[in-house]
Amino acid sequence: MKRYLNIVWDAIVPSNPVLIIAIGLCSVIAVSNSVQSALLMTFAFSLVMIPSNIIISSMRRIIPEELRVPIFVMVIAAFTTIAVLISRAYFTAIYDLIKLYILLIVVNCIIIGRAEAFAYSHPVLESFFDGVGMTLGYGWVLTAIAVVRELLGKGTIAGFQVLPATFQPAIIMILPPAGFLMIGILIGAVENYLRKKEGKK
Amino acid sequence: MNFGEYLVDLAKIFVSSSIINNIVLIQFLGLCSYIGLSDSMSSSIGMSFAVIFVTVCSSILAWVIDHWILIPSNLQSVLQITSFILVIGSFVGLVQIYLRKTSPNLHKAMGIYLPLIATNCLILGVTFINSMNNYDLVQSIVEAIGASLGYAIALLLLVGIRERLRDSDVPTFFKGKAIAFMVSAIMALAFLGFQGMIR
Repeated sequence: MKRYLNIVWDAIVPSNPVLIIAIGLCSVIAVSNSVQSALLMTFAFSLVMIPSNIIISSMRRIIPEELRVPIFVMVIAAFTTIAVLISRAYFTAIYDLIKLYILLIVVNCIIIGRAEAFAYSHPVLESFFDGVGMTLGYGWVLTAIAVVRELLGKGTIAGFQVLPATFQPAIIMILPPAGFLMIGILIGAVENYLRKKEGKK
Repeated sequence: MNFGEYLVDLAKIFVSSSIINNIVLIQFLGLCSYIGLSDSMSSSIGMSFAVIFVTVCSSILAWVIDHWILIPSNLQSVLQITSFILVIGSFVGLVQIYLRKTSPNLHKAMGIYLPLIATNCLILGVTFINSMNNYDLVQSIVEAIGASLGYAIALLLLVGIRERLRDSDVPTFFKGKAIAFMVSAIMALAFLGFQGMIR
């Protein structure tokens, strides 16, 4: 059990896909302007990440090495279709705002990267926990950025008014430039932290 | 709609996709190669041409599949993602093989960028944008040219700025990738100024 928890924890902080490896940034920047869309995006991401990890890991012995990438892509495309149909059926209003990015989960580097680097060489249960960890690691960064942007840009969190009405919202925070700004600051902070850690050793 | 109005409409699509809704800075597609690749001018120019070529060709292919196969058989919502990514992936593979056989020079210039492109979300994104807006074939091509030109504009701007940054004194906090994002934020702010140019 300890081993599985380690896999999950490893994906949440020490090798977080967004912060440390810095992949899959397109959707993080695009979707983080409101908490609701960040949550829907995380939900759709989990619907693709976890099942595709399980399927690829369970088929790893019969997938020929030369054909593995097209097969990974096909599996991921099938689950993306499922995620798109589910999001469209149950969360229509938010889905309409971010549908391009939900469709583009199919080329998300995190999912295909984990299929190649983890699921193809590990047993099913470990791959499942890796999928859970990656989803949490992706989700918490996305939601944290979304909370800051929505709070400063609209004074609300997930649609509920949090700051007093006298607060003058900084609209720039929900516009595209702030996405780059937030990611720049976050990556700067992480790289700075890593540099300091290296220096201490 | 008469012919004149149609032309105006095409011009609107072109300006909107290349500048106003710039695919990289406002819609955030193709960021991986945009941030990862932008350190030398010559490789960015090669990449830009490869992206323009592949985007236009694959949006034609995707339109044909969408309108001749998927919509008549009423399978658009179920098979669209799978068929688009298959078609683009195999098209890029074919182009690569063809270039290697026929023109080694062009392959040397463009070949190394083609595998990167196959997983670039920009190209798939453009085909999805076309299908969401119900564009016809000509409109799809114009949108594809505009969007990939927009990518080239953003990439070349960033490369130009990064070449200057190499000799300048960047604060330690932002050294490395972070400064590229900060520069992009300021560029996005500038591109935001075009918003509202088309009614």
